[in-house]
Amino acid sequence: MDNNIVLQVRNIEKSFPGVKALDKINFAVKKGTVHALCGENGAGKSTLMKIINGIYRPDSGEVLVKGQVVDITSAMQARKLGISMINQELNFVPEMTVAENFFLGKWPTTAGGRLAWRQMRQRAKQLLEENNLPYSLDTKLKDLSISDIQLLEITKATADNADVIIMDEPTSAISDKEVDVLFDKIRELRSRGTSVIYISHKLDEVFEIADEITVMRDGKVIETRPANQFDKNTVIALMVGRELSDTYPKEHVPVGKEVFRVQNLTRRGVFHSISFHVKAGEIVGIAGLVGAGRTEVLRALFGLDPYDSGEILVNGRSVRVRTPVDSIANGVIMLSEDRRRYGIVPVRSVKENVTITRLEEFIYNGRWHRQKEIDRVSELCQRMNVKTPSINTDISALSGGNQQKVVLAKWMVRDPLVFLLDEPTRGIDVGAKYEIYKLMTTLAREGKGIVMVSSELPELVGMCDRIYVMAEGKIQGELQRSEFSQEAIMHLAVGQ
Amino acid sequence: MSTVKKDSVVRKLIQRHGILLVLIALFIISSLINKNFLSVRNLTNISRQISITTILAFGQTILIIAGMLDLSCGSVLALAGLLSVSVYKQTESLILAFFVAIVIAVICNFLNGLMVTKFRTPPFIATLAMLTMARGAALLYTNGQNIYQIGKYTFFGQGSVWVIPTPIIFFFLVGLATWYILTHTRLGRTLYAIGGNEEAAIASGINVNRRKMQAYLVNGVMVGIAGVLFMSRVNAGLPNGAVGYEFEALTSAVIGGTSFSGGLGTAGGTVIGAFIVGILNNMMNLAGLNAYLQQVIRGAIIALAVIYDMHAKKMRTTRTLGSIEDTQSA
Repeated sequence: MDNNIVLQVRNIEKSFPGVKALDKINFAVKKGTVHALCGENGAGKSTLMKIINGIYRPDSGEVLVKGQVVDITSAMQARKLGISMINQELNFVPEMTVAENFFLGKWPTTAGGRLAWRQMRQRAKQLLEENNLPYSLDTKLKDLSISDIQLLEITKATADNADVIIMDEPTSAISDKEVDVLFDKIRELRSRGTSVIYISHKLDEVFEIADEITVMRDGKVIETRPANQFDKNTVIALMVGRELSDTYPKEHVPVGKEVFRVQNLTRRGVFHSISFHVKAGEIVGIAGLVGAGRTEVLRALFGLDPYDSGEILVNGRSVRVRTPVDSIANGVIMLSEDRRRYGIVPVRSVKENVTITRLEEFIYNGRWHRQKEIDRVSELCQRMNVKTPSINTDISALSGGNQQKVVLAKWMVRDPLVFLLDEPTRGIDVGAKYEIYKLMTTLAREGKGIVMVSSELPELVGMCDRIYVMAEGKIQGELQRSEFSQEAIMHLAVGQ
Repeated sequence: MSTVKKDSVVRKLIQRHGILLVLIALFIISSLINKNFLSVRNLTNISRQISITTILAFGQTILIIAGMLDLSCGSVLALAGLLSVSVYKQTESLILAFFVAIVIAVICNFLNGLMVTKFRTPPFIATLAMLTMARGAALLYTNGQNIYQIGKYTFFGQGSVWVIPTPIIFFFLVGLATWYILTHTRLGRTLYAIGGNEEAAIASGINVNRRKMQAYLVNGVMVGIAGVLFMSRVNAGLPNGAVGYEFEALTSAVIGGTSFSGGLGTAGGTVIGAFIVGILNNMMNLAGLNAYLQQVIRGAIIALAVIYDMHAKKMRTTRTLGSIEDTQSA
């Protein structure tokens, strides 16, 4: 037995009704290394990680921790064995404070069984200081942003002294600056002998941080190699089993008249004097670091948050937006960065999720026009290439990319004029991303106006006609396509 | 490519139909234990007995689906029924009396809705307040006295049309209306979305407050009908009647698979839930069980039924989840 291997799986197989999710998987993580796991959604990465984390039981095969065969039956047990997992879609208790959250599920108690509050606070404070996190111990998690909470989760896992930390898409919700912080932390963990299994769709990051890379496809391990013996194109080719010709299907379409204009929009303390415009056929980007106020602007434009002053013009007509009902009536829709919270109704079917935005088209005159609804949803799912067993399947059963396509489909039912897209490709796989880019291109060709907020600079540079850069609640500058470069954007995004 | 064992038929049946199987089993067992159980008379009896609480349960189903509930239905039933009886005694008009009950119950539920939507009170608290207010108002109206000699008013609860008892007709009509609202109207669809994820519903352009209010108004109509049936059946206007009915209604809805986390539930499920409760009560009565013991058993069975249903549901979702997640890479 190789002493260097801290976690190993041997011949793991797992089947679900009708499909073999994992087929004789062999996979080993060496001590003190960062092992990246790449593959499209559905390749089996999540299933494998769920087996290692004790959420699923394998049909056959074994898991070895430090050379010992173990039978992991719960996440709690995995944690005791030194395996800690940070989920892509964070699970946390919104009403809990920063200090409490650190000890979720394993609160220290005194000899008498009371909670050891003082000890907890001391340890939490120490953790925050060690990691240079500027949060107060008593802040409730609901008052923090996704990226704040993610940093806390990572801190929490490292505090557990885990031997293996599994990170599932840890950078999908955080800005480049925070990614650097995260990577510094990962390097520090590595030097202390901790191993990290790093799952990400962002290959630039994978190559920056990984020592070893394993590529999975269709429930099989395709190849494992040291990172320096791989290059990006090879990994992509292995992941998809085909070469991706062009990552950004940008098309130049004739630009029409102005469809959307924002003038001096202000919400005190959040964003100030925001002005921009979009013409028909244009894809306009809004860049900026997390916390620059991009999402907040979109939310106000859509009516989810109020604004104090300023003007919104749709097709040259001034409109007042108080709730999403107003903006939708004006043909302006928004895709939220938080799909689970604002995008989907998890317990309902794909069909119901799609038609909820325009029920009056399918239920009128006291009758439900069932076939009309089925036809419309089927047509949209086909157009968006949604992979689902049926339109009556629960939307939560779909992969993230397919859920996102369904959320887009629900807006297509209304045929809107202006699309406000907040991180439209967050946390979804390469294939689905490409399809969403394609759709944006098609929409632009049809004369829609598109506003895209994104933290992925290559995506903005690849897809946009113009980019506005925000920092500290203000628009710092505007770049034309000819002026695009990641450096130029970053320069404006860091302000001053 | 797949070497997976097919799920057994029994397992599939359990996963798909959950609580319906419990009802069928209960039905079979009951008819084996007691020969009288399967008689038309006994079954009619059960239906009549459960009709009032089930009508309330339909209202609860609509509300729970949207992530709300109504604790006040028992009290509002009493207030509405009492005023209805009183109006009947003064006017001798059955139709007027019927509408008075509905109007009163709708007004109370309008206030419920107002508290929930306009003043953002949690439904639990808002309707708890209404529970106390409505009961107080009912007692205040007659100064705690019962109203007797209600004459032809008994038609609603004790009469029958052709051979079918009136309460069963109302039971059927309200059930049908609930089914229609939930599956065939924009209101129903919207309520499922609101209960499933309110923030997503708002962000999808749904006027959530208006829909919630409408749900309470519909509930009001149902509570009003139940009020008329109740007073008519007990042959009096009882300001202290129907205490605790809200819990019986909630029980039927929940056993029938309506989820307190919102977004799930059907009219049919609630009927099944109501019959499970009704048959159990009937069997225990026929067996001459001690009334207190009956209560203990009833509680235990509620717990078992819900645990069973949750388990079946969980089995179903984790299985589909896994399979679909991993069929993506085509």
